[in-house]
Amino acid sequence: MNIVVCIKQVPDTNEVKLDPKTGTLIRDGVPSIINPDDKAGLEAALVLKDRFDAKVTVLTMGPPQADKALREALAMGADDAILLTDRAFAGADTWATSMTLAAAIRKIDYDLIIAGRQAIDGDTAQVGPQIAEKLELPQVSYVKELDRDGDHLFITREFEDRMHKIKLKMPCLITTLAELNEPRYMSVAGIMDAYREKEVTTWTRADIVIDDAALGLKGSPTRVKKSFTKAVKAPGKKYDVDAAQAAQIILDNLKEKYII
Amino acid sequence: MNISEYKDVLVFIEQRDGKIEKVSKELVCKGREIANTLGSKCKGALLIDEVNDDLNELFHWGLDELYVVKHKSLGEFMTEPYAKAVTHICKEHKPEVVFFGATSIGRDLAPRVSSRMDTGLTADCTSLAVDEETNNLMMTRPAFGGNIMATIICPEHRPQMTTIRPGVMAMLNKDESRKALITEVEVPFTNADSNIEILEVVKHGHEQVKIEDASVLISAGRGIGGPDKLNLLGDLASKLNGEVSSSRAVVDAGWTNKAQQVGQTGTTVRPDLYFACGISGAIQHLAGMEESEFIVAINKDETAPIFDTADLSIVGDLNAVIPELIKILPNREK
Repeated sequence: MNIVVCIKQVPDTNEVKLDPKTGTLIRDGVPSIINPDDKAGLEAALVLKDRFDAKVTVLTMGPPQADKALREALAMGADDAILLTDRAFAGADTWATSMTLAAAIRKIDYDLIIAGRQAIDGDTAQVGPQIAEKLELPQVSYVKELDRDGDHLFITREFEDRMHKIKLKMPCLITTLAELNEPRYMSVAGIMDAYREKEVTTWTRADIVIDDAALGLKGSPTRVKKSFTKAVKAPGKKYDVDAAQAAQIILDNLKEKYII
Repeated sequence: MNISEYKDVLVFIEQRDGKIEKVSKELVCKGREIANTLGSKCKGALLIDEVNDDLNELFHWGLDELYVVKHKSLGEFMTEPYAKAVTHICKEHKPEVVFFGATSIGRDLAPRVSSRMDTGLTADCTSLAVDEETNNLMMTRPAFGGNIMATIICPEHRPQMTTIRPGVMAMLNKDESRKALITEVEVPFTNADSNIEILEVVKHGHEQVKIEDASVLISAGRGIGGPDKLNLLGDLASKLNGEVSSSRAVVDAGWTNKAQQVGQTGTTVRPDLYFACGISGAIQHLAGMEESEFIVAINKDETAPIFDTADLSIVGDLNAVIPELIKILPNREK
């Protein structure tokens, strides 16, 4: 069984703080991590590897620094790692990103492709389904339980108001939720292997078959017209009084606003 | 691509068990407004097994025409039959703009359809406008955990597609005199389209309220101290005819469930009253509630960032303030 796991290196947005004066993000010193939903996808692949002797390949598209995320995946137990990096890929929207990743995946043997549901920096949840579309594969999103029997997967998928228990045949693509599992830690031996024994293979523009018109910013149907920080709202009144007074102030305000 | 061939706004009308989801009505209202600006029509696409709802309401909210695809494979959501049907309608009718709710279904389906149509898709839009010069749709969405807003355009491809967050588009201008126009559409499905098999559908119980529909939310943060304190918040909620929601930290701790989570990775809410109890105010949380009409925050920590967003800030112990408040609040009318 061959599994390809798509991961993204993201800034840890939980560590991002706001500048209270300007309302802008303070990005300095924010650590980069493997996107949490993707890490759950990697763990799911590694569990399948433990049980069925699968081969796990991690794939990322990003700047050369994304090597670190791939090494972490190797140290957790992935077998191969591929870094898709080229200036030509830069500025891609989700359409161009999925075209590029799909072109890379066509070069790899796979039965199952796993992607995290969404990345915490962009939150689009689009790249997984778009890869599946480009490869003409069935997809199941929001996987919270996963099992395998022969060439079929048995999946529980979570929606807002219901769960679907699903059977589907590989090859296919699934997107995983961070709730799926607790990703394992890197082992010391794993870290040694990741830097000494295992390789990160780098693929550039020349290594994949794709139309130039589908690449990077130029190939992207969408454009960011502008980005801005939200206007900093003037804070309301603050009271530091005893409980009974505080309760009365709240009551008066709710009456004033016609909430009660 | 001849962009001028594309006109009208198409809204994907989401149904569960044959009932129309509220988000679709919100999107029809917004679609009506955009169609008016563009001088075009607002149409809907409903994929369904058995209709189990009054479809007239969609027209009252502003729909001009509803395309209905009826097929046995369209009851429970499956990606491929849905993607095939929506793509079929897009190719046949060439809409200029397509809206999907940013729900589990919309966020699974829209990327698939946009990719098949080789056009762009903007995720999780929270505001929409039409550029006066170019007539391009300007789709604004939060990014980077919710603090940066980005306005996205899709200038050279059609349709312009976006998913839109439930609960952010206001429902306005209902007109019950508007007439229904329903057009049945045949889509050539094959057995191969049902490429997954749904073995079982497990519905969550009815006790799970939809927090985006509540007009008052009493919201718990880690600062409440423990799951036993949720009863106190529940008492306040029942006094104010509201519901209990929470921050992500409280969901992660297992005190509340995911359906109650407000924020960037949870639900966007804008109730009349948002009562933040022991919530510090991470930007991901603020992104999900800052549009609320009136925000009250109680926190022991006077430096909590939630106080920068709140309309009324109480520095203090919620375990002391909330019982006092419950005591003096009038009993609600039955």
